[in-house]
Order: sequence, then C-alpha cells, then structure tokens
Amino acid sequence: MGILEVKGVGKRFGGLQALGDVNLSVQENTVHAIIGPNGAGKSTLLNCLVGKLIPDTGSVTFDGNSVLGRKPHEINQMGISRVFQTPEIFGDLTVMENVLIPCFAKRDGAFRMHAYESIEQEPDIVNKAEQMLIDVNMIEKRHMTGSSLSRGDKRRLEMAMCLAQDPRLLLLDEPTAGMARADTNNTIDLLKQIKEERDITMAIIEHDMHVVFSLADRITVLAQGTPLVEDTPDNIKGHPKVKEAYLGETQEV
Amino acid sequence: MLGLNKTDSKFLLIVILLTLFTPFLMQPFAADSGLDQFNGGYPDLMQKVAIFGIFAVGFNILFGLTGYLSFGHAAFLGMGSYAAVWMFKLLTMNVIPAILLSMIVSGLLAVIIGYISLRRSGIYFSILTLAFAQMCYKMAYSVLTPITNGETGLQLSLSDPRILDGATESTSLPVTNIFGLAMNSSYKLEALNRVFTFNVGFYFCAVIAIIAFYIAIRLFRSPFGMMLRAVKSNQTRMNYMGLNTKPYTLAAFVISGMYAGLAGGLLAAMDPLAGADRMLWTASGEVVIMTILGGAGTLMGPVLGAGVIKYLENIFSKINESVLHSWFHWLPDGLEEVVVWVFARFTGEGWHLTLGLTFMLVVTFLPGGLVEGIKRLKKLTKRGGKPKDKLDAPDPEHTPTPSKHVV
Repeated sequence: MGILEVKGVGKRFGGLQALGDVNLSVQENTVHAIIGPNGAGKSTLLNCLVGKLIPDTGSVTFDGNSVLGRKPHEINQMGISRVFQTPEIFGDLTVMENVLIPCFAKRDGAFRMHAYESIEQEPDIVNKAEQMLIDVNMIEKRHMTGSSLSRGDKRRLEMAMCLAQDPRLLLLDEPTAGMARADTNNTIDLLKQIKEERDITMAIIEHDMHVVFSLADRITVLAQGTPLVEDTPDNIKGHPKVKEAYLGETQEV
Repeated sequence: MLGLNKTDSKFLLIVILLTLFTPFLMQPFAADSGLDQFNGGYPDLMQKVAIFGIFAVGFNILFGLTGYLSFGHAAFLGMGSYAAVWMFKLLTMNVIPAILLSMIVSGLLAVIIGYISLRRSGIYFSILTLAFAQMCYKMAYSVLTPITNGETGLQLSLSDPRILDGATESTSLPVTNIFGLAMNSSYKLEALNRVFTFNVGFYFCAVIAIIAFYIAIRLFRSPFGMMLRAVKSNQTRMNYMGLNTKPYTLAAFVISGMYAGLAGGLLAAMDPLAGADRMLWTASGEVVIMTILGGAGTLMGPVLGAGVIKYLENIFSKINESVLHSWFHWLPDGLEEVVVWVFARFTGEGWHLTLGLTFMLVVTFLPGGLVEGIKRLKKLTKRGGKPKDKLDAPDPEHTPTPSKHVV
C-alpha cells in the first residue's frame, strides 16, 4: 500500500477525455516520476491530487485518507506540498519573508494573529528559515524581492518554501522546465540531496529524460490519459511500448 | 522603543513631535503678511486632519497590505458617529465610552460586511462593499429613522437621559468633554504676530491618532502584516501552503473597520452630530483618494494624503474671487479679469478640480504617491542632483560580465 493511492481516476473536459482510468501507487520515501508526451494528462492528474480539480470518477487517497472534495489548503495540511510549473512565490516580498511565511504557518493551518510581536522575536522560526535558505544555497539573496530573482532561483526558493513545511509528499510539476542545462543539473543535485537527507516522498512530472532517469525510483508512463506502463527506470528504457509512444521519437536514451 | 526597531522609533518620534507642534507648524505666515489665508492653524482643520489621518491609516491596513480595495469604508465612519452620539445621548458626554462603543459597533458591522464581501476579490469585492455602504446610507435615511433621525441627522437634545451625567438645570446643550475638560475649549497664545490655538479637541484627537499610528506600525512589522502582504502578492501560494486566507483578510477588514469607526466616533466627539451623509459613497471615495495620493502600503502616506486633502478642502475652498482680485490687482485691467477667472475655476467652489489635477499628476508620475515623491527628493539631495546615475547603473546581479572572446 503506497502513501498515495490513485484508483480509477477519470476526468473529462467537455468532449476531451483528459484522464481515462488512472491507477497509481506511490510508495513511501521513493521518487516516482510521471512522464508522457504533451497532452497526456500529467498536469490534470497533478491538479486532481492537490484539489484544484475534482476527478469525475475514481478515488485518491493520501495515507489512507481521501483527498477528494477537500480544498487545496486542507490537502496541504495533510502533508502534500506542490511546486508549480511556473514558480508561485510572493513576488513583492523578500526572499527571507517568502520562507518565513511557511515557517510561521504550522501544519494545522490554524489562523494565528501574531499581530503584536515582531518577527525578530521568534528566533526559532527565523533560524529555521535561514537554514532552509542555506540548504537551497540562496542565503546571500535573502534581501532581494521575489520578483527580481531569476527563474532558476525562483524555483529553488519555491522548493525551499515547500520544504520548510516538512511535507510528506512533494509534488513537482516540471521542476526544470525552461531551465538551462547547468540550472537543470543544479536542480537535480538539490533534489537528490533532499531525497537523501529527508524522509520524503516525491512525485515528479517531467519532460526531460535526463532528470527523470537520474532521480526516479519508479516511472509511470502516461499516454492519452491512461497509464501505459509502470516500472523501474532500467526497464522503462528498454520497454518497446514506451519507445513507440514517447521516447523513440523524442530522445535517444 | 516600545518594541520597535531603531528606524521605526525615530519615525514615530518625528510623527509625535510633528503632531504636538501642529498649532505652530500650521501657522507659517504672520497675520498681516497677506498669505495668512494659507494658515491651517485653527482647531477645526487640525482636528479633521488627525481624524481623517486615523481613517486613512486604518483603510491602508486593508488596502495597502492585502490589496482589497474597499469602497464602503464610509459605512463604518457613519456607524461610529451614530454610536458615539447615542452614547452622548444615553450615558454621558464623556467621549471615552463614546469612542469605545463606536469602535465596537463598527467592528461588528465590519464582521458582517467583511464576511460576505470577502467571498470575492478584486472588482467584485469593491462593488460588494460599495453596495453595502450605500445600503447602510439608504437605511439610515429611511427605515432606520427612529435610530438615525433620518434626514435631520442625530442630534443632542435637552431631554436626553444621560444617566451618568445626571439631570442639569441648564438650558443650553452640554458639550462633549473628557473627564470635565470640554473638547471645544482652547488656549490661545499670541506671539510673533500670530495667534496659536491649543485646542483640547485637537490634542485629544492627536493623542488617539498617535496611538492608532503606533498600532499600525506594529501591525505592519508583525508576522500578521507579513501574511497580509503575502495575501496581496499571491493567494494561490497561500492556499497551497495550507493557509486559508479568509481569516487573515477578515481580520484586516475588521481592524480597518474599527479604525474607521474610531474616526467616526471622534468626528462626533468634536461635533456631536451624526448625519447619513457621512456614509455616502463620496466619503468612501475620499479615503481611497487620500490613501493613494499619499502612497498606499506605506505608513506615512495615508496621513500625508489626509493632510493634503483636508488642507486643500479647507484652504482652497476659501479663496474666492475677491481674494483673487486682491492678489492680482497689479495686473492690467483686462488681463486681471482673465487671470482671476482662470484661477477662480480652481479655487473656491472649484477646489475639487485642483484636487483632481493633483491626484492625476501624482498617480501618473508618482505611482507610489507623495511618499515616493519625498523619497525621490531625498535621493536627489543626497547624491548631489544626479539621481539617474545609480538607477541606470547596471545591476551586477543581473547583468552578466561580458564574456572574454575565447577561441
């Protein structure tokens, strides 16, 4: 039984069957990659997991509890954090403040005023935020505003914000999309480091096979809304069906 | 000082000094200098600046921090006034219980209006708040006449019970006071060819304004303030971080509603009379203009905006054609008429035109409001009149060093 169980999930947009009958089981403390050509339904599936979309059929359970019908912030409170394809950070706030916010927001999501004390009066939280920035190697940029960062830095900042919450499951939507090779490699190293240091499960949606094969423990190939095959990276590489649907025409592996 | 860091303490100290010396500062021109109509040293104007400063500072907590533009804040102002006048009628002429009640009542109204309006954001939120404020205005005018006294407005009368004050034999209406010290009493000091007025009402408003301002600084610098700025910046991220934004925005809405109620209560304390006009949408628009003119999201901006607008309203509206004629009497006859005619459009009744032009210019050239203007001036003076150098200088963080030509 995996930490995240997706059973028979289907989603239809008008006449388009975006997801057919998706079954997926993500095991705890592994990196599970979901790959597939454009329009395969990867992002739709991810949106169903975080509560942005509600699937028409099927069930999604996280750690035994259904996530369907819950609001995004409630799903996050269960321990699922998401890194977006276009980084969602607080552009008007400084890098430090960006990380301070998830540090203040405790897992229960309860409303806390904190209106009278100043931020400096909470050394635990400040230290934790600083540590997060050191982890993603962004501590020198802590006084810059979010919107002035480069795309790669924004992504790293977003990852730091997600990790500051100590999530059990981290969902990454194309974490290296639109990045230069060097930035991509940095991101891979960062993710590897996260995987080693923490008890964390990751689900990655990715186009870049280099990223997928250097990180994933298991890979699910999605095509036209249905999973073609699920296996280890080594087996996927040689799988004839996958080659036919996806790899063969895009990239030599 | 008081849990503020060095810069903020200095800032607060400057504000306190400025407020305490307002009677002097607002009287720069001697009585016979011919410019004395530009003096703003009389209690009425100073009180208004302090009160609307509170109103705008509170509005800025909502608009400046969360970005939710409320067009219905006048409802809380009016509500505060009504509550305060009722307190004067029923309990006592002492202003303390009155302003406390006005804050509580408008806070409760803010909970209701906020709870419903905050289901939407952006323009829909603005329209919802506007609709609620207009509803309050219409209700105060019509169905709620027993409470609000409709068109005439709520006034004191000799037959009011005033339980704590006891019955008086006096045939004139009692005045608002703070523990016996009448709000409209003032001490006049004549010096340097000027009359300086130290008014109890103004100093009471000023002290409350300073406290309100101090609380606003604390709010801005607190984690709560940071959360509100985060709401303005990216609600999606807030949600995907497990934070429900609604309690935060509602808290901000209620706090700013209470600030507005406090301002309304003070207006009633200075002049115990409350009319439905105070809830009209133009009053809501005025606070929006004050905040944007001064600089939304900054601490000093709203106060500055309130000061400028109330000054313009009081001073410019007093410059009528005869004053203009006395200014331009040295011009040849035909020209004088023309010049006076042109200037008369912008002064007296036409002071709104001046306000509109100022607002337009500020929004176009100083999107950050007057505060941004002051900052730019500071930069200008600091770097010997060459402000462009640093702005144009390449930012090393983002400009890569030109690569060496490698064969």
